[in-house]
Amino acid sequence: MEPILQIKNLTHTYGVGTPFQRSAVEDMSFDVYEGEFLGIIGHTGSGKSTLIQHLNGLLKPTAGQVLLGGRDIWADPKKIRDVRFRVGLVFQYPEYQLFEETVYKDIAFGPTNQGKTGDELDRCVREAARLVGIRDDQLDKSPFELSGGQKRRVALAGVLAMEPEVLVLDEPTAGLDPAGRENLMANIRDYHRNKHKTIILVSHSMDEIAQNVDRILVLKSAHVLMSGAPAEVFARAEELLTAGLDVPQVTRIAMTLKARGLDIDPAVYTVEALEKQLQALRKDGAVC
Amino acid sequence: MLKDITLGQYFPGTTVAHKLDPRTKILLVVLYIVALFCAKGIVGYALMALCLAVCVRISKVGIKQLVRGLKPVLFIIIFTGLLNLFFVPGETYLFEWGFLRISLEGLRNAIFMVLRIMLLIMGTFLMTYTTSPISLTDGLERLMNGLKRFRVPVHELAMMMSIALRFIPTLIEETDKIMSAQKARGADFESGNIIQKAKALIPILVPLFISAFRRADELATAMECRCYHGGEGRTKLHVLKYERRDYIALTIGVLVLAAVLVLRYFGI
Repeated sequence: MEPILQIKNLTHTYGVGTPFQRSAVEDMSFDVYEGEFLGIIGHTGSGKSTLIQHLNGLLKPTAGQVLLGGRDIWADPKKIRDVRFRVGLVFQYPEYQLFEETVYKDIAFGPTNQGKTGDELDRCVREAARLVGIRDDQLDKSPFELSGGQKRRVALAGVLAMEPEVLVLDEPTAGLDPAGRENLMANIRDYHRNKHKTIILVSHSMDEIAQNVDRILVLKSAHVLMSGAPAEVFARAEELLTAGLDVPQVTRIAMTLKARGLDIDPAVYTVEALEKQLQALRKDGAVC
Repeated sequence: MLKDITLGQYFPGTTVAHKLDPRTKILLVVLYIVALFCAKGIVGYALMALCLAVCVRISKVGIKQLVRGLKPVLFIIIFTGLLNLFFVPGETYLFEWGFLRISLEGLRNAIFMVLRIMLLIMGTFLMTYTTSPISLTDGLERLMNGLKRFRVPVHELAMMMSIALRFIPTLIEETDKIMSAQKARGADFESGNIIQKAKALIPILVPLFISAFRRADELATAMECRCYHGGEGRTKLHVLKYERRDYIALTIGVLVLAAVLVLRYFGI
């Protein structure tokens, strides 16, 4: 697989030269591959938000580079807007960015800035709306008449309509109810499956990350603590817990069972995998 | 860019300047401004500058911060200075070139004017630097208490002021966030002519207003939930009380004003 984004020794320091000087990201290096679903997890203040704002050039690195398709995004600062179209960033609580009179116009804001017009614009808007489950009759409504969950979908569609190569989502499900959360994640999974575009998902919820991503990046106090496939990362569950991070509920159950003397591998993160193990144990005649 | 706003910024501390009753500080600033406008000659100005220097020294506020406060009014200072320099008529001219001419009186006026504005701003900034916005509004409310008899809604005004001050940083942060979000959708705030630039602000202003209204609504509900019903019969957690240091400070203030008036009489 080809890396689409390469982060090289990225450092970002806030308030250089003041008593409040603080590095939010320090000497981070990692690659993001084309078509992968990457999860980024970390505590509040671990540098997640600062990091993702570098990916589309909203923040300029104090040191280090961000390469998009092998080219430094800051090679030509005048072209930084093009980077923002190629790396779509959806902020936390994106519904607060809505401003247009109708849902349709709001979704069209991004692609219009790209210079799309006429049929192409219409196609982008309608497709983005369809991807997030906004019905056609809702397109002419004011975005402020919609419910919180629907507003968020509209905001997400506003970024999808730019057809970015990489989609970065910062806590897309924060503040939604469980059903809304699952619904939105299902839309995002479908988008990933059908379009094969790269997605970077930032989340607090280990369960959400475990259920969706191909690879996890764990951040701790401005550094990359570990990275790898979910199975690899959750195999180091103890380490995650000492770092003050959570593990998925299923992993926690497996860990407790193991601590109680059951012979199972605690590095599971889906209900199905745990069930399989337990079934196998029952066949062997073990007693819980 | 937005973070550079220092208006009403408070630097916590434990010096006498911080501990003075906010009412004392407000009164002192009033005395200071009156004295500043009464000062006429070089000795008067020197006295005012000395007073400010002493206060700054006591408050331990860095001179850097104080000077930084002058930045937003730099234009006004320069403008006033130039206006006085070139357009004050006088008897002896130092420099003449076409319609531009500088008189001795003009030069004098320009220097004093610039000094006056700078001292004025630094003096008031010193107050906001050493007084938290909350105690400042508290002091204002108490000072204006007498106006209640004339049906001036003093408490409401003070409450509005403290809420406004409280929300300035919140709204700045919010603006930053919305700007980033719209930039991520390719909004362009820098290029284009003035009409295009004004239009580019709509995607920021609409969400900002909506969120300000939402916050106001939530705040009102939260206040009502805690049985807020205006200033009637409301008591204070921290009751302001004049201490010895307040009387001393006020006496010094009045003495300085008197001294300036005397100096003015002698025209120095």
